[in-house]
Amino acid sequence: MPLITVSGLSLGYDSNAIVKDLNFTVNEGDYLCVVGENGSGKTTLMKTLLSLQEPLAGKITAGEGLKKNEIGYLPQQTDVQRDFPASVREIVLSGCQGRNGSRPFYSKKDKELAEENMRLLGIEGISGKCYRELSGGQQQRVLLARALCATRRILLLDEPAAGLDPVVTAEMYDLIRDLNKNGVTVIMVSHDMDAALKYASHILHIGDVIFFGTKDEYLNSDAGRWAAV
Amino acid sequence: MMTKLILYLQYPFVRYALIVGVLIALCSSLLGVTLVLKRFSYIGDGLSHVAFGAVAIASVLNLTNQMLIVLPVTVLCAILLLRTGSNAKIRGDAAIAMISVGALAFGYLLMNIFSTSSNLSGDICSTLFGSTSILTLTKTEVLLCIFLSIAVVIIFILFYNRIFAVTFDENFARAAGINAGLYNLMIAVITAVIIVLAMNLVGSLLISALVIFPALSAMRVFKSFRSVTICSAVLSVFCALAGIVLSILFATPVGSTIVAADAAAFAVCCLAGWIKS
Ligand SMILES: Nc1ncnc2c1ncn2[C@@H]1O[C@H](COP(=O)(O)OP(=O)(O)OP(=O)(O)O)[C@@H](O)[C@H]1O
Ligand SMILES: [Mg+2]
Repeated sequence: MPLITVSGLSLGYDSNAIVKDLNFTVNEGDYLCVVGENGSGKTTLMKTLLSLQEPLAGKITAGEGLKKNEIGYLPQQTDVQRDFPASVREIVLSGCQGRNGSRPFYSKKDKELAEENMRLLGIEGISGKCYRELSGGQQQRVLLARALCATRRILLLDEPAAGLDPVVTAEMYDLIRDLNKNGVTVIMVSHDMDAALKYASHILHIGDVIFFGTKDEYLNSDAGRWAAV
Repeated sequence: MMTKLILYLQYPFVRYALIVGVLIALCSSLLGVTLVLKRFSYIGDGLSHVAFGAVAIASVLNLTNQMLIVLPVTVLCAILLLRTGSNAKIRGDAAIAMISVGALAFGYLLMNIFSTSSNLSGDICSTLFGSTSILTLTKTEVLLCIFLSIAVVIIFILFYNRIFAVTFDENFARAAGINAGLYNLMIAVITAVIIVLAMNLVGSLLISALVIFPALSAMRVFKSFRSVTICSAVLSVFCALAGIVLSILFATPVGSTIVAADAAAFAVCCLAGWIKS
């Protein structure tokens, strides 16, 4: 049984559908890239998958014992956070909340997990620093470490490379690939078609044409041929 | 000067004022950090005007215990404001401004039509600016204030991590299964309670200062949520103490003196932050 099954899903706000009749499945270990133009509804899809908003129609089923709060999420950044006084450690630790149930404070295990994830992403050296004083690439790493604290099973990444320079972008993608190789299922929104085609195992194209399939199928499809030009 | 102070401290009403002042300053600064960061700075302003309107209703009805009507009305409005705040169709700031100005006008109108007092503008001035009512607190009011403040502090400590998560990134918190709506509601209710308490201290016009100044001052100097929270609590308590003592010594209005102390602290913090960087 797949980790996530989406059938007949319509997305949108206030009963205006942006995307209609979406069908796809995500299996354990997949690397799914969601591509499409600005405003085609990629972020909306992510939010619906996270049950931050209701689908207009259709169903999202989680399998393999995946719970709704076992999804790690890297949001497309909002500027409310930009002047927030918060240290890197505080932010990464806050990722542990979902697994905490009704316990009010962090346990020792939570703290170890946060340290481990900061090491994994190479930000343990800046754990006491203020988030708003970090570079864009460092900020993305912090948010990724927070997502990893929430889960090691599936990550939803909304444009993780937005605003990063080519070198840091490549590092970011390598990091995500390594995580994927270690068994983390990845769903990533990206504008970067080259990266999508390089790293992904499956592609979901939304917009005027909707396509879902493996990377090779995509390259041979109408939507893919158009994109590859 | 010292002897004058010690002399004043013999009076129970001065001790009451100090206790209540410190507790309210503590509570409002704890919540202030979250409110400022959530861009809810103005909810304090709006709610305090609602409380002013409720006080007007209470005095027209000749209620002896104004709390009975002021607290429920303010809490209700806090919840309503928060509802519209998360509803994208009605802008939150517009709703706050509307309720705030409306309640102020309504309250003044009521007092004007029904007032039996000969010194109406004096009464209204003291409701708006707090003037001396903190020095006329009864023992019941002090006990109520102590009880509510302790409740606020305990709730804040218990839910500190959740409040941080919801404030920093509401979407992530919701995705992780935290009931963000519930916490926003909790923050709104606590805010309403603190504002009603603080009306005695600084009056309804200056409450925003009590909520906003310590948080903004602390944010100039410190960079982590925890240190900002602690610093703003310490600053706020210190300024409240200093303000009350100064106002007693120099016979100045309590509320304005506290706010002036907060503003001075803000200036010092700005300087400190500027030197530090
Ligand atoms: N809160 C909202 N209320 C109403 N409509 C919205 C809202 N957020 C987005 N939309 C609309 O939904 C559509 C899809 O938006 P979405 O953010 O999902 O696009 P996207 O594919 O993520 O774009 P981008 O590549 O720019 O991130 C857009 O047309 C946008 O105008
Ligand atoms: Mg988007």
